[in-house]
Amino acid sequence: MTPTDDREALRRLAARRWRVAVGLTAVMMAAYFGFILMVAFAQPTAGRLLAGGRLSVGIVVGACVIVLAPVLTAIYVRWANRRYDAELAELRGRMNAR
Amino acid sequence: MTAPDPAPAPAATALGDTNVTAIACFLVFVSITLVITYWAARRTRTTAAFFTAGGSITAGQNGLALAGDYMSAASFLGIAGLVATSGFDGLIYSVGWLVGWPVITFLIAEPLRNLGKYTFTDVVAYRLRQRPVRVAAASGTLAVVSFYLIAQMVGAGNLIHLMFGLSYRAAVITVGGVMLLYVLFGGMIATTWVQIIKAVMLLAGAIVLALLVLREVGDPLDLFEAARTKYPAALSPGKLVSNPLEAVSLGLALMFGTAGLPHILMRFYTVPDAATARRSVFYATSVIGLFYLVTFILGFGASVIVGREAILAVDKGGNMAAPLLAEALGGTVFLGVIAAVAFATILAVVAGLTLSGAAALSHDLWGHVIKRGEFREADQLRVARYATVGLAVVAIVLGIAFEGQNVAFMVGLAFAIAASANFPALLLSMTWRGFTTAGAVASMVVGMVSALTLITLSPTVWVELLGNAEAIVPLKNPGIITVPLAFVVGIVVSLTWPEPEAQAKFDEAQERMSLGPR
Repeated sequence: MTPTDDREALRRLAARRWRVAVGLTAVMMAAYFGFILMVAFAQPTAGRLLAGGRLSVGIVVGACVIVLAPVLTAIYVRWANRRYDAELAELRGRMNAR
Repeated sequence: MTAPDPAPAPAATALGDTNVTAIACFLVFVSITLVITYWAARRTRTTAAFFTAGGSITAGQNGLALAGDYMSAASFLGIAGLVATSGFDGLIYSVGWLVGWPVITFLIAEPLRNLGKYTFTDVVAYRLRQRPVRVAAASGTLAVVSFYLIAQMVGAGNLIHLMFGLSYRAAVITVGGVMLLYVLFGGMIATTWVQIIKAVMLLAGAIVLALLVLREVGDPLDLFEAARTKYPAALSPGKLVSNPLEAVSLGLALMFGTAGLPHILMRFYTVPDAATARRSVFYATSVIGLFYLVTFILGFGASVIVGREAILAVDKGGNMAAPLLAEALGGTVFLGVIAAVAFATILAVVAGLTLSGAAALSHDLWGHVIKRGEFREADQLRVARYATVGLAVVAIVLGIAFEGQNVAFMVGLAFAIAASANFPALLLSMTWRGFTTAGAVASMVVGMVSALTLITLSPTVWVELLGNAEAIVPLKNPGIITVPLAFVVGIVVSLTWPEPEAQAKFDEAQERMSLGPR
């Protein structure tokens, strides 16, 4: 491949990383603002008791958002460590060899 | 197991008495960290070592240090107190404090690590004209650092006065002095280890306390049930988020403010490469998430075992919920341990803030604005150390000046400025070819000024602090106006006055964001 091809491949790889990053950010924002809006607009729903009065919908949803944060981060890190880094290393190797 | 008989609220607490365990634990912490500082000082001979530990920190270490930098006494004592006194509402804050971290992982950590050197300003200024951008971004950094420092120092004075029986001024001076030793001599290496030790202590202390609660009450569901039996509305949303606009506004500031905190962003330069930076935020997110789940247990535990009335009687902000819970379950000794953990927590956060303020002063302002990038490294290191001493003095003076003031809003102010002044410019500079010097400066200035103005005119400051009858701006949190405003101003100004030189450098900057410095 020519240097121009490598540059183009790098640009495409970077664009793919941004797409993954923006998509995951959107999921996190949707979950968080979904929680906030439920608390603000649907207080009776958020306060509805579950499990015989030992839990409420709001607590379950809030705890799920807390757990979701590291889970989404783990998904991203796994993708980046396996796919992104491998392709980046290959491109870097070719560009440095030249 | 059914709900236990609520333990009788302790008529008297040892809070405020001189606590031998607390002092002993704290002295052990300070001794260990000063030994580390001595060791670190011998490795801190260059500016890179001073500000970034030479990029030698591992992902796990940086993950803990990020968590240590972030988990302030406000989030430990404050959220536990909020959960204890208002139940479910405390959870809204815990969630908000956490959700910025994935955003940092996805959008910020890697490009920042690859493009910058010591500060986030390096990234914003990379393609743009250095001096105007550096001045604007350093102002944003120093504003965030100052407000955060005031909140921490005043918190330190009050807490230590309450928990150790030390006078307010002595507490503020002790915190400022010990922090100065860490940063001045040990730079980023010592600061990192202080953060790591503090994070482990805080997490361990909180988990032990939560386990004691669960041993007393049963599983978390039993705990929730007990809380609801005692306070019927404990599991439902209260008055914190009655206004949807306010709720979203607070959410924006917490989410994007985290991604614009200069002392957090600076930590990504302490690791060897972007892949390590990425892994380190995963560790940080997990540790902080776990910590907030545990804090939730502590808050409910305190409301069941200590009781809201007893907590509010000691401190009307509810901040003593966790210490009182420790005393109820583990006696004066455990109270002392938790008090020492809280003290160590404040010290570590203050050290991180001071280091990032010193970087803005010596790298951004002295190095790139006054010296225009032409300086000897030894001189820069000296300036960084002068800046550290200056900031420590300022922190102590402000801490004493604000004695007795309600400064809780200042953490919110710091987050609002970080979200409106720092985050939009940082994101636009990394992602948009058309971003210009004028656009960056306008976005940062408008973000900072609008956040400051709206908070001054808000009910928190205008009514509660300045004593006016009615707020000029009804919003307590300005994020919903100021964050979009900073983006719009940055984009419109850039489109109106394009900067071809900056556009021409975009491809090179993009390559470097992927590949790192070569």
